[in-house]
Amino acid sequence: MTATQTKVRLATVWLDGCSGCHMSLLDTDERLVALAQRVTVVWGPLVDAKQFPENVDVTLVEGAISSEDDLHRIRLVRARTKILVTLGDCAITGNVSAMRNNFGANAVLKRAYLENATLDAQIPRQVIPALNAIVRPVHEFVPVDVFVPGCPPSADLIFSVLSELLEGKMPNPAAKFG
Amino acid sequence: MSARAPIRVKTLTIDGREVGAREDQTILEVARENNIFIPTLCNLPGLSNAGACRLCIVEVKGVNKLLPACVTRVAEGMEVTVNSERLAKFRRGILELVFAERNHVCSVCVTNGHCDLQNMALKLGMTHVHFPYQYPRMPVDASHERFVVDHNRCILCARCVRVCDEIEGAHTWDIMSRGVECRVITDLAQPWGKSESCTGCGKCVQVCPTGALSEKGKSVAEMSKRRQFLPYLTLMREGRR
Repeated sequence: MTATQTKVRLATVWLDGCSGCHMSLLDTDERLVALAQRVTVVWGPLVDAKQFPENVDVTLVEGAISSEDDLHRIRLVRARTKILVTLGDCAITGNVSAMRNNFGANAVLKRAYLENATLDAQIPRQVIPALNAIVRPVHEFVPVDVFVPGCPPSADLIFSVLSELLEGKMPNPAAKFG
Repeated sequence: MSARAPIRVKTLTIDGREVGAREDQTILEVARENNIFIPTLCNLPGLSNAGACRLCIVEVKGVNKLLPACVTRVAEGMEVTVNSERLAKFRRGILELVFAERNHVCSVCVTNGHCDLQNMALKLGMTHVHFPYQYPRMPVDASHERFVVDHNRCILCARCVRVCDEIEGAHTWDIMSRGVECRVITDLAQPWGKSESCTGCGKCVQVCPTGALSEKGKSVAEMSKRRQFLPYLTLMREGRR
């Protein structure tokens, strides 16, 4: 128990993104083993917990804010996280997720669920959250501590940012958008 | 017999360093000659100076406002500062406004990895855009046989306007309207493909700093610009004069 208490409590959040940033995190390959010695993953797309936990040291956020649900989640995440890291261009700039801002959410839903559907075409209205009219980056809603650009950020970049954070440093990564 | 006016030399300091310059030179030209970096997106050696992007702003002692180095002539005893925290902050702000004003989605751009704007963001340490993104609805004109203009990615540097007018001599490009309505246009805002003045030389495409002008058939990150022709053409013409 004491061992886990000294470990850094790490969470990863998946908002409106393609999961490419999470895949890039997994692309750190065998370095994940070393990371796992030093962190406890308390929340993530594959963690089976019902509520975002309290007292999280570092949260990596992938994706933009495109629904009320995203907004509620990021506010809860911010309130319970010491260092909030936006991971990738969607979280930082809106990127591809925000490209629908020009023609609206309904046009996207129509294209995806009606025009391109071959069987039982219908726009889902239940369970999944309704889309906001405009997709916006995370820092327009909550304060962000570290920005890690890229589409996706490279595995090396993510690893170096995490390594610095684990050493108690505040990284300021120099990498391009896109 | 025309007596050639003697070239006058001015002495000034840039970031405390003494430099000599011809009196007809700009601060930007002198800085470049002395390997002092001043950021700019609209300036391109071989084209006239536009003062369009404002990234090259510098401090001049005794002058209250910031001056664009590309259109400010040197003067005797001038004390110029090109690197300061204040300038870095303003330059980042200008750059962020450029990003907020249009839809520069680097990840799906034809010039991703070869873009002057993208590189400048990295160089000036822009971590994110502090201003709310405008997400304007901008047209894409693909009516030309070989080229595309994507207004989502245009920064209004007017390099296309200048190269077409000054080097090609066609003056197909121009700038229309003001503020957020401002656009580059071909002929009198006609589709590029219908332009009667355009020679199809493609110089505008090559000098464009972003993915606003590109060749057809290029996918994401495939469009890198070839600008070697510009200093060559300029040199040849100056030699002929």
